[in-house]
Amino acid sequence: MNARALARRAALGIAVFCLVVYLVFPFGWALLSSFKTNAELFSTPARFWPEHPTLEHYRQVLANDDFLHAALNSVLVASSVTLVSLAIGALAAFALGRFRFRGRSLVLYVVLSMTLFPQIAVLGALFQLVNALGLYNRLPALTLTYLVFTLPFTIWVLTGFLEAVPVEIEEAAYMDGASPLELFTKIMLPLAAPGMVTTGLLSFIAAWNELLFALSFMQTPDKRTVTYAILSFSATTSSAFEVPWGQMMAASVLVTTPLVLLALVFQRRILAGLMAGAVKG
Amino acid sequence: MSMTTGEAEKQEEVAGIRARRRARVAWVFLSPALIVTAFVALYPLCDTLYLSLTNTRLGSEEPARFVGLSNYVELAHDGFFLDALLLTVLFAVITVMLELGLGLGIALLLDTRFKGRGAVRAAMLVPWAIPTAVSTQMWKWMYNDVYGVFNDVLVNRLGLVSEPIAFVADPRTSLLAAVLVDVWKTTPFVALLLLAGLQLIPRELYEAARVDGATPLQAFTRITLPLLRPALLVALVFRTLDALRVFDVFYVMFGSRPDMQTLATYAHEILVSISDVGYGSAVSTAIFLVIAVFIVIYVALFQRREA
Repeated sequence: MNARALARRAALGIAVFCLVVYLVFPFGWALLSSFKTNAELFSTPARFWPEHPTLEHYRQVLANDDFLHAALNSVLVASSVTLVSLAIGALAAFALGRFRFRGRSLVLYVVLSMTLFPQIAVLGALFQLVNALGLYNRLPALTLTYLVFTLPFTIWVLTGFLEAVPVEIEEAAYMDGASPLELFTKIMLPLAAPGMVTTGLLSFIAAWNELLFALSFMQTPDKRTVTYAILSFSATTSSAFEVPWGQMMAASVLVTTPLVLLALVFQRRILAGLMAGAVKG
Repeated sequence: MSMTTGEAEKQEEVAGIRARRRARVAWVFLSPALIVTAFVALYPLCDTLYLSLTNTRLGSEEPARFVGLSNYVELAHDGFFLDALLLTVLFAVITVMLELGLGLGIALLLDTRFKGRGAVRAAMLVPWAIPTAVSTQMWKWMYNDVYGVFNDVLVNRLGLVSEPIAFVADPRTSLLAAVLVDVWKTTPFVALLLLAGLQLIPRELYEAARVDGATPLQAFTRITLPLLRPALLVALVFRTLDALRVFDVFYVMFGSRPDMQTLATYAHEILVSISDVGYGSAVSTAIFLVIAVFIVIYVALFQRREA
């Protein structure tokens, strides 16, 4: 190997190393911090590795009822909104992907423009709607309003999936006397299953990460979601310090790890979904 | 086989009935989605527009009145709103440029073959998967003026600065602090999008360019950039629209600090904290208009270049 090729490889290696450090350092630093004692966290100069690793911060976070409520609320809201948008979205995608009818392109156009829709633009009216329905400070308010951003995306990606199904399959089913509903449940749904996994994951993650609506429609600590709860982390036990950074980092790791794992395990599907959403848009 | 006119007409009629029936079936399948969309998006959108023309206040005794454009007149003289507008546009321009530049660099890096490329691509999803509210807290800890790792490196290890920097609190670095979080979180998405675009470019083109004696820089500007244009445009539009509605980073990092409000945090404050639904709706609508202006600018720019 000549010197130039060697230099090229070294440069490539360094660039890749820097990239990986850049990508994972903030999470890694939170992880390291969460295992440090308060004495180590609040000392200068900072220490890289926890010298006396402790689970104390995790113990405190997991003993915090507000945090546990928040985790449960986030699971409930994210799962329910995912299920609802998959159910409604699959029906709509079947209509848009397998039927030609007047108004189809208008509907597709509305769906597409909704995926780019700023949530804040409907906040005022949704605030009134939530109050009028008596849903203020109740979790169904979030399940309902999160559909604003999960449903259009779900419809868009699933329509792409169902459009790709060969027309012969559909014709064969109709020849056998299947009704449209049977065609949908027995043939199209199973074929769209990979797309449902992808969009389901993306909806779940989007709902888990949402802050604005949670902040606006939930009030009491027992109704908060994790993104909201992480803000209101107050000094409960380590009152000597202004902000309990150790607990905050432990809580951050706890609410983030499931998502990071999901993203890594399903990376291919998530990438495919993200690209389908973006490239077609 | 020839058909009589009557048979052909009858067949046409049958086909027509079938098409109409199929259209009806399609609308039935669509209806749940349409109802939900109308309920949570279209109606609220129109309602926000209407509310912005009224003096509606939540929990107010007096009934709301139609006040015409007076909320918008007030907006034009509202110093906080204008500051928020300026800050939001500045934030959008800086982050989008950084994200596209850095994203392109990362995409080019990942387009080369090396061991562990799959693992690096997986690591790209880490910043993306972390809720913005949470990653902002993680960065705030790193920014901490006394115990943060950035100051530790800058002051104690490298000795680049003598005094620790209060990245978040100091008005000179506040915007940078927010920009870095957003860039960290969203550059991977841009990079993955551009990488997908790069992989669509046929390798033979580079081969041919090399045979013709083109330098790598020429290959980049004459082949890569033009062919990557569609992907770059998609990334540009997506990122701009996202940056203009930025909320989480600023809300978590600065709370209600008056000099660090974006359009979205300002709208939220007026709608939810002050319950001034009329005026807050005007701010929301203004965000919509700002985004529309950017879309018009983009469309105008690209169409001219295409022509």
